Amino acid sequence: MGLARPVSSVEIDGYGDAAKVGPMSDNPDLDLTTLMRSRAGTAFILAMGGEIVEASAGKVLMRLPYSRKLIGNPDTGVLHGGAITAMLDHACGMAVGSGLGVIITEAQARQTTSYATLDLRVDYMKAARPNADVWVAGECVKITRQIVFARARAYQESVDEPVAMATGTFITTETRPGS
Amino acid sequence: MELLAKAAREGQPVDVAALMAVVPYCAFLGVKASLRGEEVVLEMPFDPKLVGNPIIPALHGGVIGSLLETAAIVQAIWSTRAVKIPKPVDFTVDYLRTGRAVTTYAKARLARQGRRVVNVHAELWQEDEARPIATLRGHFLLAGQ
Repeated sequence: MGLARPVSSVEIDGYGDAAKVGPMSDNPDLDLTTLMRSRAGTAFILAMGGEIVEASAGKVLMRLPYSRKLIGNPDTGVLHGGAITAMLDHACGMAVGSGLGVIITEAQARQTTSYATLDLRVDYMKAARPNADVWVAGECVKITRQIVFARARAYQESVDEPVAMATGTFITTETRPGS
Repeated sequence: MELLAKAAREGQPVDVAALMAVVPYCAFLGVKASLRGEEVVLEMPFDPKLVGNPIIPALHGGVIGSLLETAAIVQAIWSTRAVKIPKPVDFTVDYLRTGRAVTTYAKARLARQGRRVVNVHAELWQEDEARPIATLRGHFLLAGQ
């Protein structure tokens, strides 16, 4: 469809699988993308048909292909707002997780830190056009000792014409190793 | 929407259970709707595909948001006798507790009903209705009727 999306470098065929990931390559973003894609194995995102396209620490780009099962208005074929909400939620969560190093990059952080969503605010600017992909870009904006702030934007043709935008706030939770 | 327009034409209340069946995303989530007086109650049985965190396992935050949003919209349809589906303008979801792998319920009330827009508060719970696991507060646009 030749849709515009943020041009960044990483592109991998197929889904990553944590078990198959070999030694870290020279490109940390590539590793992160591979590993986060395996993380996109989150059942609900997979069930919707969503995927992580690329990722770097604190940033993620996801794609939701149009699907009839996600329609909210059968008269118009427009996606249910909830499907967009779920992608925005996931993009914020993945951006926070990779920003904290909890997802994948730092074994120590992974063992000792977790995080939970406090709230998610969503603004709907316009209906998503049927029969077209929805792109969702998530970004971890600020990490403090206890609270992490994230933003995400859903769009189709252009990142400058958002379908919806989200602001998410997360709290980090210390967990004891092995617990 | 035909189901809503037909109810309006015939002066009949909207069949909220049938509405869930004709909206593909609601069928995908497995949401059922029923009435408790003038209040719409949504029920979503647990399904493995709704999981966001496989370790706990917990419902995906997006599933929780979707159910709250649906509760708000269906209550707005019921309360305003809308013939078109209201559109979300903005909302905030507060996540209070983990959504566990059990049946989840949602309800909503119109805090303010304007001519064009409604302010809706929604709650989601599991075993105990008095202990919501998430709440929503938001605005929905009533389409020109």
